[in-house]
Amino acid sequence: MVDKNGKKKLTTKERMQIPRNPMPEQEPNDRICNFDEVPYGYTPELAMAEAERCIMCPKPKCISGCPVEVDIPAFIRMISEGDFVGAARKIKETNALPAICGRVCPQEEQCEAVCVLVKKYKPVAIGYLERFVANFEREHAEIRIPELPPSTGKKIAVVGSGPAGLTVAADLAQMGHKVIIFEALHKPGGVLIYGIPEFRLPKKVVAAEVDYLRKLGVEVNTSYVVGKLDTVDELFEMDFDAVFVGTGAGLPNFMRIEGENLNGVYSANEFLTRSNLMAAYDFPEHDTPIFVGKNVAVLGGGNTAMDSVRTSLRLGAQNGYIVYRRSRKEMPARIEEIHHAEQEGVQFHFLTNPVRYIGNDEGWVTDMECIKMELGEPDASGRRRPIPIEGSNFVIPVDTVVVAVGNSSNPLIPRTTPGLETNKWGNIVVNEKTMMSSRPGIFAGGDIVTGGATVILAAGAGKVAARAIHKYVMGIPFEEEKEEEKEEATRGT
Amino acid sequence: MFEIIDKRELCDKVYQFKIRAQHLAKKAKAGQFVILRKDEMGERVPMSIGGLDPASGVLTVVIQEVGKTSASMNRMKTGDHFADVVGPLGIPSHIEKFGHCVCIGGGVGIPPIRPIAQALKEIGNKVTTIIGSRTKDLLIFEQELREASHELLISTDDGSYGTHGFVTTILQKMIDDGGHIDMVIAIGPVPMMKAVVATTREPKIKTYVSLNPIMVDGTGMCGACRVTVGGKTRFACVDGPDFDGHEVDFDEMTKRMKMYVRYEKQAYDRFLQDEHCRLAKAAEAPKDKNA
Ligand SMILES: Cc1cc2nc3c(=O)[nH]c(=O)nc-3n(C[C@H](O)[C@H](O)[C@H](O)COP(=O)(O)OP(=O)(O)OC[C@H]3O[C@@H](n4cnc5c(N)ncnc54)[C@H](O)[C@@H]3O)c2cc1C
Ligand SMILES: Cc1cc2nc3c(=O)[nH]c(=O)nc-3n(C[C@H](O)[C@H](O)[C@H](O)COP(=O)(O)OP(=O)(O)OC[C@H]3O[C@@H](n4cnc5c(N)ncnc54)[C@H](O)[C@@H]3O)c2cc1C
Ligand code: SF4
Ligand code: SF4
Ligand code: FES
Repeated sequence: MVDKNGKKKLTTKERMQIPRNPMPEQEPNDRICNFDEVPYGYTPELAMAEAERCIMCPKPKCISGCPVEVDIPAFIRMISEGDFVGAARKIKETNALPAICGRVCPQEEQCEAVCVLVKKYKPVAIGYLERFVANFEREHAEIRIPELPPSTGKKIAVVGSGPAGLTVAADLAQMGHKVIIFEALHKPGGVLIYGIPEFRLPKKVVAAEVDYLRKLGVEVNTSYVVGKLDTVDELFEMDFDAVFVGTGAGLPNFMRIEGENLNGVYSANEFLTRSNLMAAYDFPEHDTPIFVGKNVAVLGGGNTAMDSVRTSLRLGAQNGYIVYRRSRKEMPARIEEIHHAEQEGVQFHFLTNPVRYIGNDEGWVTDMECIKMELGEPDASGRRRPIPIEGSNFVIPVDTVVVAVGNSSNPLIPRTTPGLETNKWGNIVVNEKTMMSSRPGIFAGGDIVTGGATVILAAGAGKVAARAIHKYVMGIPFEEEKEEEKEEATRGT
Repeated sequence: MFEIIDKRELCDKVYQFKIRAQHLAKKAKAGQFVILRKDEMGERVPMSIGGLDPASGVLTVVIQEVGKTSASMNRMKTGDHFADVVGPLGIPSHIEKFGHCVCIGGGVGIPPIRPIAQALKEIGNKVTTIIGSRTKDLLIFEQELREASHELLISTDDGSYGTHGFVTTILQKMIDDGGHIDMVIAIGPVPMMKAVVATTREPKIKTYVSLNPIMVDGTGMCGACRVTVGGKTRFACVDGPDFDGHEVDFDEMTKRMKMYVRYEKQAYDRFLQDEHCRLAKAAEAPKDKNA
């Protein structure tokens, strides 16, 4: 069979037999000496070859694996036809941030986990393809500014510029509302800017998303701490019709063990913020310093831990350790990041937990006392609970420690907004259908609602919130939401 | 961008900046601080609020040159702009009717005492302020504090002005003379605050200190500013900067503040070296033309 371009059409069987196309990337020995992005990305040829692997399932499972239900076979078909820009726009119908999600989504647990090919072969590289088309669109200056509807005259404040806030802002602006973002830091992007390192998510990719928002007419106010400069209630007094709170989970957890305030012991937030947001890797050209010794231990097993340990190697550490209290299987980090960390020479201490830090007279950490753990019964999270093995203590010499054991929600907004309901972890309680909080007109989404989660979940929450905010400010009752949802659900299947 | 509408030297290496920050000047309260960033390559540095004029939207900060960033800020001129002025940060000082309050300032800790003394005075406290410096020429904000308090006492280490000794020499004498004190608040170098706290511990006088550990974001996100107070870790930027002085682990804080000494010295030396070369070149330039 031959298609309209004269290309041979493959049978399903033939398609399934094509091996998955790996993404070209920097050699480990090179990349630990720079902060450039690790993968080079697909070429158009590789992308088209990979697209051939998709068998275009009539009932595509992959879509249900994606939290925002990107129409995966549709965009892949466009890639195979060479319409890369069309493919990027297809994704953007449901996901405003493809260049980011293509890079950082845990695809192996989401879209790619349920691709039909996963059982017998390797899944279609959906993430790599998503990344490719988004890059292509950006690099070929084909970013299209949609025609904006006439102004509704409504004004919406978005607090926080992480993926949740960026998505809400983009969607609301496209519905004709005036949107103003208030961001506490001096650069917009949230974790995408201050947390996730350049070698995994180049800052220019995030900056392009923010530029796009500006082109949609969104105003971005940086260095504006809501709850300090203005409270949420004061924003309403400034004539905002609704407020969206997307302030993330930015409060670093510590383990509350002896010696945690010694010099050389960092929270992952501080370590990564110094390196990314403040560009400390470029000290003294940039003014902010960072301290990285010879032996760096990073506590935790998530993406944050992998980002910290890989950053430390790039900043000159000789030994980068991951110290994790469970086993490899339970590590929440993306497989690709664990794999990259291994290639770069990171040393893993599984089933190990620190019990105290030992310091010298000047107050610098010199050693870390650890205890061995074993796995017991599963806990509430379904993962087996680690239990210390008595008497198994041992000491690792360290001069830098990065504590990456999770974040809690920053209490600033709840504390300064009377009547805003939170749960016992301090997360804002919302109606999941509308993302509206206990205070009418105040909406919330992303990590501030769920606790530390993922970029795509934050973006997805932003989508839901944008739809509800539109209704709220236009005086359309929420009830209709249900009808529409039903319709969409039947259309989708 | 935030315009410097007036900059002047107060004493060697110490400059006062009046910065236009309309919104912030309306919202800020005594005891809070801001974070300044000079330009795109710049570090975020916390500075106390040394004065507020809500009506004209002007904020006063006083910057002492101790390293590269403070030095380069002190080279800015009236009309220049700071890239960022973030705030107001931190919890405002505890202002209530205490009775007799003693406000103590040392070095660049003197300016932020002014709004606090004013606020305490306004709600009906008797305010005695003690300020001190090494020598007479380094004493700043004398007039401002004379106006802000009922009584102003001065010490210099070398005896060139006021009482010969430290601010705690005066404080100790007040206590010894049986003067009744309900509350003390001290802002200044760590050794000074530590000495004040040592003086008020025995007579059990409520003492607040305003801590200035190293900070990055100033919003509770990074934990750089952690200090041990009452055996617990607190973040000075959001839980403070004021804390109960008798509970603060000053020794830990002193060590933590030395974390980047090596890098700071490198950056500062390089800055001074570059400046030296620039000035030398500028001096040469007209000669070239004549040649
Ligand atoms: C190091 C690291 C690596 C990660 N890696 C991945 C990954 O690979 N894949 C993935 O899917 N997820 C990853 N995550 C998780 C993901 O980044 C978050 O789930 C996501 O960013 C949450 O988005 P958000 O919009 O809710 O908040 P955030 O991205 O946290 O943004 C919140 C923003 O609000 C601002 N803000 C807070 N308080 C105020 C206030 N009072 N006033 C004004 N602004 C305020 C903050 O400064 C911040 O910019 C990672 C997280 C970290 C920390
Ligand atoms: C709440 C608070 C209020 C302050 N108020 C004033 C003020 O009103 N006037 C003033 O001159 N200074 C003030 N400081 C101190 C000022 O922030 C530092 O002097 C400044 O950051 C030094 O920067 P540098 O690059 O010039 O010096 P560096 O070479 O970086 O450092 C010199 C010394 O300053 C301290 N320091 C360095 N970086 C920081 C930082 N980010 N935060 C705090 N301390 C740091 C360290 O102890 C260091 O050893 C305040 C600090 C805090 C936390
Ligand atoms: S957004 Fe994430 S989960 Fe959805 S298709 Fe893209 S990579 Fe997969
Ligand atoms: S499940 Fe896999 S093969 Fe099927 S349509 Fe989705 S990506 Fe293609
Ligand atoms: S300065 Fe970052 S938490 Fe206080």
